[in-house]
Amino acid sequence: MTMFYLLLLFVIIAAIVAVETDNLLSSVICVGAIGFGGSLMFLFLRAPDIAITQIVVEVLGLIILIRATISRDRTFITGDREFFGMVVSVVVIFVIFLAGMKVFETLPAFGIPIFSTVPDAASQTYISEGMQKTGAANLVASVILDFRAYDTLGEATVLFTSIIGATVILRKRAKKLLEEPDK
Amino acid sequence: MKGMTIIVKTISSWVKVLIFLFGIYIVLFGHLTPGGGFAGGVILAASYVLLMLAFGREFAEENLSLPVASKLDCVGALLFAAVALCGLLYGTASFFWNFIHQKYLVGTDYEFNLVSAGTIPLSNIAIGLKVGASLFLVVLALSIFRPGSDNTEG
Repeated sequence: MTMFYLLLLFVIIAAIVAVETDNLLSSVICVGAIGFGGSLMFLFLRAPDIAITQIVVEVLGLIILIRATISRDRTFITGDREFFGMVVSVVVIFVIFLAGMKVFETLPAFGIPIFSTVPDAASQTYISEGMQKTGAANLVASVILDFRAYDTLGEATVLFTSIIGATVILRKRAKKLLEEPDK
Repeated sequence: MKGMTIIVKTISSWVKVLIFLFGIYIVLFGHLTPGGGFAGGVILAASYVLLMLAFGREFAEENLSLPVASKLDCVGALLFAAVALCGLLYGTASFFWNFIHQKYLVGTDYEFNLVSAGTIPLSNIAIGLKVGASLFLVVLALSIFRPGSDNTEG
């Protein structure tokens, strides 16, 4: 578990550097470090499915971000921070931190999920009978594609809609329409 | 921009096949090993993105053009919905009913086979197709779109 907390520290430092640095490219690289550290953390928590998804999405997201960063001219963030905005954000973050501490006190201990204390929780059935009911050796697949397939349908719909929206906004004709004078 | 140097082109022309194969493996074995439709689909998209980065956008568009990727995206979404609707038509008439899992239960000869677990591999294939096509689509759209520049041929 020591490695896990070291990784956590690494991720926190990378997040602070990503926010504080002035160079946009090094900020993007720090975001990548956060993602890979998070992927390793999922591996230590014995969640290989999420680790694979995290590392793969991180690679693709980094490619998109670096391509978007390098192809622009303004790779340096200029301009000072507004004093009032900074004070407001610090106060808001502090309030959220206090509320988060209160919430974390009520959570069950690390590594002991709440469904292990409830005897007739739905998750117990998924774990004990998921293999017999669906025949899938990977319990995660049997949950997300059989027991909870509605959620996956919603997620797929969200992805579909966002990609369609992105292609509609970014297509060539929209740019040409913008350049033309108003009719 | 016509791609990168010859070293990158040569290496990526070998590696792209392996990445694509690995993506297919992750999608197909999603019900047996870690992975699944989403991760495999992103790997499939990444192989085309590698092609695009190494050889330039035009080369990747010759392989998988924007209308074809858009249609593949729609096919994946419709396939997933069709799997859900088949559960409504067969079996106990409930949405997403695993309508072919009775044949391939644990304890039979089909245990841990590639063809097992009923509709889960079908859903994995549908989601992998959808995610791969749509993520390649968004990278393609982002690379076509260049705000603030004068090149209108893109």
